[in-house]
Amino acid sequence: MEMVIPAFIVGGVICVIGQLVMDLTKPSFTPAHTLVAFVTVGGVLGALGLYKPLIELGGAGATIPLSGFGYTLANGAMEAAGTRGLLGALSGGLEAAAVGIAAAVLFGYLVALTFNPKG
Amino acid sequence: MGNQNLRPPTIAVTPEEYSQMSMKATPKPTMVKNMIWAFGVGGLICAFAQIMINVFRHMGLSAKEASSTATAVVIFLGALFTGLGVYDEIAKRAGAGAIVPVSGFANSIVAPALEFKREGFVTGMGARLFTVAGPVLVFGIATSIAAGCVYYFLHR
Repeated sequence: MEMVIPAFIVGGVICVIGQLVMDLTKPSFTPAHTLVAFVTVGGVLGALGLYKPLIELGGAGATIPLSGFGYTLANGAMEAAGTRGLLGALSGGLEAAAVGIAAAVLFGYLVALTFNPKG
Repeated sequence: MGNQNLRPPTIAVTPEEYSQMSMKATPKPTMVKNMIWAFGVGGLICAFAQIMINVFRHMGLSAKEASSTATAVVIFLGALFTGLGVYDEIAKRAGAGAIVPVSGFANSIVAPALEFKREGFVTGMGARLFTVAGPVLVFGIATSIAAGCVYYFLHR
């Protein structure tokens, strides 16, 4: 069961950072703002080459938080930019993150279709 | 000037100073509790995903395939538990521990879609699916394109 403890710790620490962001900002800074901040910061850290070491350290602990989603987008765009130029820069991010986005849209719609709101 | 009759303040603090003092004096036990909950639940979700990655690797998937499959499963479970009404109960306690992982992203997609179900399949569920996911995708994709362009011009 390699990497499970590091994943727990790295993932936990990233969520604590998120909790601090939520607790130390005004209530007008909603969870939606927190998610946007995480995806953006993850993308910027990925572009600077600072997020990859975190994934090597924590595995799923760094890829499962939304900052990992930002990293996947930025990393995909940079890899594609290296091989296919500016067109790759445009398409590479979505290509790399396609599984996550498609899964979220499909499962999200199916669940909303299946269940009814409480109350 | 009506306030001429008021007695002068007994302590010389401005309202700003006072609000700072009261903020310092207010105990913050909930913040530590929130952090412990966020750490535990967020860590558990990631550890669970890591176990899945290890199993998928063992089944012969590549590192990238195993990682994105595990992400998809966590998204599915986040959506499912939101539909069952369980996820929001967990999020009440766990806060960012339930919001920051991709299962929280799935929750932010399902919850508004479910809430506006009666407005129909298209303008209700179809549109509300992106209440939070929309901004996340806008900023995520914009960041990725900027990163790709910078990389292209630096490594040309």
